[in-house]
Amino acid sequence: MSATPTTAAGRLDPSAPTRRDLAAAGSGPVVTLEAAQARVGGRVVWSDVSLEIGGGEFTAILGPNGSGKTTLLRVLLGELPLLSGRVSVLGRAPGDAKRQIGYLPQRRHFDQGVRIRGVDLVRLGLDGARWGLPLRRTGRERIADVINLVGAQEYAARPIGRLSGGEQQRLLIAQALVGRPSLLILDEPLDSLDLPNQTAVTALLARICRSERVTVLLVAHDVNPLLSYLDRVVYFGAGHAAVGIPKEVINSETLSRLYGVPVEVLNTADGRLFVAGLPEAPAHHHDRHEHHA
Amino acid sequence: MLSPLPFAALSIDPISDLQQLTAFPFMVNALEAGTIVAIMAGVAGWFMVLRRETFAGHTLSVMAFPGASGALLVGLPAAAGYFLFSGGAAIVIGLASAKTGRRRGEESAVTGAVQAFGLACGLVFLSLYGGVLAGYENLLFGSFLGITRGQVLLLAIVAVLTLAFFALAGRPLLFASVDEPVARSSGVPIRRLSAAFLLVLGLAVAATAQITGVLLVFALLVAPPATAQLITPRIGASLALSVILGVAITWVGLALAYFYNHPVGFYITTVAFTVYVLARVARALIDHPTLLRRRPRLAEARV
Amino acid sequence: MFAQEFMRNALLAGTGVALACGLIGYFVVLRAQVFAGDALTHVAFTGAIAAAAAGVDPRIGLFAATIAVALAIGALGNRSNADDVTIGITFAWILGLGVYFLAVFSSGAGGGNGLLGARTLFGSIFGLGAADARLAAVIAAAIILLLAAIARPLLFASVDAATAAARGVPVRAVGLIFLALLGATAAEATQAVGALLLLGLLAAPAGAAHRLTPNPYLGLALAAGLAVLATWAGLTIGYLVPKLPPSSAIIAVASAIYLVAFISTTNLRELRPRLQLAHHRQDRELD
Repeated sequence: MSATPTTAAGRLDPSAPTRRDLAAAGSGPVVTLEAAQARVGGRVVWSDVSLEIGGGEFTAILGPNGSGKTTLLRVLLGELPLLSGRVSVLGRAPGDAKRQIGYLPQRRHFDQGVRIRGVDLVRLGLDGARWGLPLRRTGRERIADVINLVGAQEYAARPIGRLSGGEQQRLLIAQALVGRPSLLILDEPLDSLDLPNQTAVTALLARICRSERVTVLLVAHDVNPLLSYLDRVVYFGAGHAAVGIPKEVINSETLSRLYGVPVEVLNTADGRLFVAGLPEAPAHHHDRHEHHA
Repeated sequence: MLSPLPFAALSIDPISDLQQLTAFPFMVNALEAGTIVAIMAGVAGWFMVLRRETFAGHTLSVMAFPGASGALLVGLPAAAGYFLFSGGAAIVIGLASAKTGRRRGEESAVTGAVQAFGLACGLVFLSLYGGVLAGYENLLFGSFLGITRGQVLLLAIVAVLTLAFFALAGRPLLFASVDEPVARSSGVPIRRLSAAFLLVLGLAVAATAQITGVLLVFALLVAPPATAQLITPRIGASLALSVILGVAITWVGLALAYFYNHPVGFYITTVAFTVYVLARVARALIDHPTLLRRRPRLAEARV
Repeated sequence: MFAQEFMRNALLAGTGVALACGLIGYFVVLRAQVFAGDALTHVAFTGAIAAAAAGVDPRIGLFAATIAVALAIGALGNRSNADDVTIGITFAWILGLGVYFLAVFSSGAGGGNGLLGARTLFGSIFGLGAADARLAAVIAAAIILLLAAIARPLLFASVDAATAAARGVPVRAVGLIFLALLGATAAEATQAVGALLLLGLLAAPAGAAHRLTPNPYLGLALAAGLAVLATWAGLTIGYLVPKLPPSSAIIAVASAIYLVAFISTTNLRELRPRLQLAHHRQDRELD
């Protein structure tokens, strides 16, 4: 782990705060797992997973279907207790840190019939869980700010069911951010988006990560749209996880070691990574689009 | 069910109409009851439409029928039977939906069978009470003639309770209805809230059924909120509009039933249906203005 | 009991109707079209009353309305963006219209004693003459024969529409024919158990059959058999207890059968859907 922020392709990003800067700004790692083991429905999903994610980092959780990515999210959100090992989120037990976590679950698409406005949906992220009549309309400025941040000003007042996938996703990100979380957890946010939107949303998330000093943790199927922004990768497979910067993790040796079978990582000419030989479905673009046709 | 006042007639002057309308205590009772019910239905129905649970509302209203006729059979006022059975059914549905696996076809088979069973029981009670012909029309299609002060009072109390629930839990309920996963992770108690809502809905349905009859509850419970939600996506405005429309529809329906010789259930459903269709058409034209431009004839025929 | 002619008529008509309802109902549940059955109950009532108010035999209005609306549901089905709300409000209005027609009819020359409403809503199976009963049985037989003719493609299309279409099954046509048959069955059932309760005869025996076996042919036979059983039992109860409308007894028995089927399979099934759900969630969570 170098002090100078490098991307997986080895490009320097001198303007971004270094990890040391952010670590100094924050107060210790945001997420810690030590020798953690998780079980779902009687089956041990992964074991002996240790990782540490620092403040302000942009981390991707990768791995094929069924490898335990969403399980990790559930552990961090406090919805699933560990079978063994330790976990702490923002210095506390996972359930206690809920207030400071912005969460974007998987595949939320509002169909035509839902006529709640985007701006109301964002507001729910601020005070939706509070009892009693909403007498004082506080927070209007914050809501406007966060809608501007995600670039949704133009359509936030429209019924959410009428917006496109990319537009809905931006508003949902705004909803997750409105409460000023320290940690933003997204479960496959790029899943149902087309390529241009994937690029745009990823860039947005990276921008938010830097400007708002939010730690971003997202589950993805395909690392390629994220490559130039990632600080860290957690790659699940065969019941374990490989953790580190993208270059360290997504290569033939590390993944072969992780899976115990020969895995080949190919670098295409335009800088993309293609993982082949995995026991499950390989992680590349086409697979996902067919899946969601 | 038919108006017993052949001399009542609608005139041009609205003041005189209003005076005629409120001349008799039974009509004042009916208007008060109708207003209270419309307010309750406007709010409860708003959430029901939002949560896409209209079928549950229909089932609850159908279950009110054996409640009412059973109450008559054992000598209780029908209103008590309405509330008890509708509320009870709400609790059962709440518990059942938490347990069973949900497969679409089967779920509706259960609902259909349960509804039919409830209606059959209601029929049995009614037959035992005084023969089938005794007042099935009132229970099924509504009545405004026999509403007592006591009934109005009971409705008012139930209304206060249900509105208090919404004042307290409305926001988390909205969150849970629109965005369940995030609401859950924000700490909203989804399952308990859903069950509580279903119970409150049962009460609102039971109240509404006393005016519109068990089979036509949709007119007050679904049409005003659905119309309001078509007109505006803003939450506060749409809730308020739902209540206003409900009250307006009820008053117009009652007035028409009073002045003309036909059952109130018919008038309320017709007015509600008309209002909804107008809103639907208007929304379609607004959202797709090309319909107006390219095929003017069609739009004319529609409107 | 069988010496009485009205009872024999009732059994004849009732058996025919029950067979049709059981078989058609099986497909209704399979195709998740119970809501269509519900809508048709409203239309049946209004159609019959409107016909009577117009001075025509109510059965004509009954059949015409149910079949026409059933076809309309089929034709609009996928195309329209009519959601539950629109459907519900529309059919509530249709029922309200029926109430209006009833008032018109009752205050007119022909129907002062208000029996028509009760008979349409609650059935009039004990009031059937021999000719009526035979007609009802013949129509039921026709429905069953037509259903048998399309049964296999219908089954295929109901379970896996995409594959069926690829194999040359005219899915839409078969669906429309089925809905027309459903409409006719609803009209038939209205005479037997009344518009208010006919959904029970469509849904309960079929629901029980679905619960008891995944085998479609066995399920069909079971649905028909249970419907007939409920009808005979209900008619017997109705005969023995004259104050009780026979339709309510039939539906009560049918519902009881469903309840028994539900409970007796729930202990096995309660775990299975849970496991299935868990499995499902597992597959999704482990992503």
